[in-house]
Amino acid sequence: MRNYENVIYAYIIMLLLIICVGLFQSWSIALTILNYCLISAVMTIGANIQWGYAGLINFGIMGYTALGGLAVVLVSVDPVKKAWQVGGLNILGSIWIIVAIVFITRFILKRFEKSLIRNYFIAFLIIAGVILIRVTATPGIEAIESVDPAVSGFLGGMGLPVLISWIIGAFLAGALAFIVGKIALGLRADYLAIATLLIAEIIVSIIKHEEWLARGVKNVIGLKRPAPYEVELQKTQWFRDFIEKIYSNKLELVNTIAQKKIILNQLIIDASSIFVKICFTGLFLSVVIILLIVTQKALYSPWGRKMRAIRDNEEAASAMGKNVVKEHLLIFILGSAIVGLAGAMMVTNDGLFTPGSYRPMRYTFVIWVMVIVGGTGNNFGAILGGFVVWFLWVEAAPISLFLIDLFTAHLPETNAIRLHLVESAPYFRFLLIGIGLLLIMRYRPQGIIPEKIIKQ
Amino acid sequence: MDFLNAIIVLFNYTLIPALAYGSQLALGAIFVTLIYAVLRFANFATGDMMSFGTMFAVILTYYFQSLGIGLGFLPTALLTIPFAILMMILYMLIIDKFVFSYYRVKKSPPVQFAMVSVGVMFVTQAIIRIIIGPSDRRFLDGEKFIIKATEFKEMTGLAEGITLKSTQAITIIVTLIIVSIMFWFLNRTKTGTSMRAYSDNEDLALLSGIDPKRVVLITWVIAGILATIGGVLYGLDKSYRPFVYFNNMLPIFAAAIVGGIGNPYGAFFGGYVIAFAEILLTYSYKKFIAYLLPSSLEPNSLMQLLSTDYKFVVSFSILVIVLLIRPSGIFKGKTI
Repeated sequence: MRNYENVIYAYIIMLLLIICVGLFQSWSIALTILNYCLISAVMTIGANIQWGYAGLINFGIMGYTALGGLAVVLVSVDPVKKAWQVGGLNILGSIWIIVAIVFITRFILKRFEKSLIRNYFIAFLIIAGVILIRVTATPGIEAIESVDPAVSGFLGGMGLPVLISWIIGAFLAGALAFIVGKIALGLRADYLAIATLLIAEIIVSIIKHEEWLARGVKNVIGLKRPAPYEVELQKTQWFRDFIEKIYSNKLELVNTIAQKKIILNQLIIDASSIFVKICFTGLFLSVVIILLIVTQKALYSPWGRKMRAIRDNEEAASAMGKNVVKEHLLIFILGSAIVGLAGAMMVTNDGLFTPGSYRPMRYTFVIWVMVIVGGTGNNFGAILGGFVVWFLWVEAAPISLFLIDLFTAHLPETNAIRLHLVESAPYFRFLLIGIGLLLIMRYRPQGIIPEKIIKQ
Repeated sequence: MDFLNAIIVLFNYTLIPALAYGSQLALGAIFVTLIYAVLRFANFATGDMMSFGTMFAVILTYYFQSLGIGLGFLPTALLTIPFAILMMILYMLIIDKFVFSYYRVKKSPPVQFAMVSVGVMFVTQAIIRIIIGPSDRRFLDGEKFIIKATEFKEMTGLAEGITLKSTQAITIIVTLIIVSIMFWFLNRTKTGTSMRAYSDNEDLALLSGIDPKRVVLITWVIAGILATIGGVLYGLDKSYRPFVYFNNMLPIFAAAIVGGIGNPYGAFFGGYVIAFAEILLTYSYKKFIAYLLPSSLEPNSLMQLLSTDYKFVVSFSILVIVLLIRPSGIFKGKTI
């Protein structure tokens, strides 16, 4: 039982910290942080499956997150009929050309012996294909992008409920992971890291620049939500009654009816935003709990033992007849799919899709810090890492502002150093995260909550 | 005449920029490869270390300008490079002492090193942003152009001109000098040989009396020189912005791997491969073809294979192709 005690203490401390934010800053901020912590936790579960279970280093988390986000747009946004009419055929045509090129290349690779001529022919085929795609797609893309460029200018999605997009996002990310895994998984660890990072950059830059797909850097706003909208909530009767009931003590102290109404309205507006956030929290929490149960079960199943065996000694596992390549590919796909799910959750939570914001710093390296800090190979640790690091990431700026004020209190208000430090307070988060990572790597390489091997 | 014009167009818009950009990448790639060969890890702080050195060059340039010290028609930044290099090496040695040496002694796996370098990346980025801020800075002064398009046109009487920016010329020349000195050092001097021996087989090198501390020290010194010069040249040519430097790490990695990581010649070559591929594949050939073909056949599209938005994608795709076909790189690098 002693092992579990640490876990429980760690989580209670984390929860208290978030409650502190609620008390000292505002409940709305606290819930926003909590929601993001939960999303980060899903990402770290994904990364931890790859790194902790199988020892695969995937620096492409950013790409899968972006793909998950793209899925939300493709699934939940209503289709733009006019755009389909003017350019749909061209786009479908070029997709077919891509498929054809892939299959012809595969056919050639299988059918003919390795030779220089074959390579040249494939290169020629790909270049010719790119030219052909540009010729077919360009008029279509131009037509699509000129349909109401201020608000749409893209093909739109399928108009389905947004929760379906979470699953589609996971599938898309898994499919991408299949391709990436086929290409890169044979590489040595640090090569794999670089290759996955660069492939993720490719994905993000395609999403960024193909405006017909999801408006690119112009962003898609006003996405559907699985939770009610604040404005509608403020009009619903039961919600108004509910808030009135909660605050009845406070309202009784107010004398005039007019004043009472104003105060009540303000309370309802505040409460509606908190209520929406709580809805999201509930959704995210259930995803985290389901994932946690599934991954814990998997970890202690024969399959989990096999994965650990492969991680700890690849040659030995291979000699015992385990198919290392296949298992690696499988776990790479699973982990990436979970990251894709997290990406879809995040975009749903934000209500907007901003491809320009996908940067490796925020979506790859910070997630990795979470996994390392929390504890590799332990799901509870990984989730805790997501919470701790995200909390620090958000609260680093206020904390460092406070510290700067404390240490420069003796300096006058207009002191150049003080002003400069106050101005650069947001960047202290990098310092905090970096030093935290270095310290953990040095003094507690197994993370806050280390991996626990149950001997069976 | 049209043929000559076409050649000049190509020369002006692809060859010169690609050579300059390739030189900047090559310096970075040799830095990556050197760290990989001798210290045996992929350094994810590459871009930020280059940025760190450049930061000092920028600050010192402003300081020198305020003092009125300059190099006339050459940029003042060239004068500040030695000081920036010193600061860079000092920083690298401090980082090595407090961070990397522990893992080196423990003989940690390369993955752990890579993660530690991510930590160093975070810290370096924070220090840079706290000291100089994230904004875009230009620190080029002195003569901007060596050959201006109009002058060239007057001189030769051609319809197209060649523009040679002084930063491009400086980049190419400085890179060639630095790289030749470095290759001479690695191949001809005793220290260089001992470095290569250490990189090939650590245990054998130790047995034959090579001092590992000295090898590591010299590696960081060379790395500091390469990183600072590469960063300053890039900053002079474009501009200095911490975020861009972080992103530049990616094509630099691509260059190092394409050339064969761990092999300095490969890295040098890889830089140019990446630069030429990026520029040739995203260049609009309309003007070039218009000169070659009779006017009736003049193309009306841009004749561009990929839009310039996909510059980075080109280099990363090349990397993927190289990894697929020849994982050890064009020049055989370390084994994977």
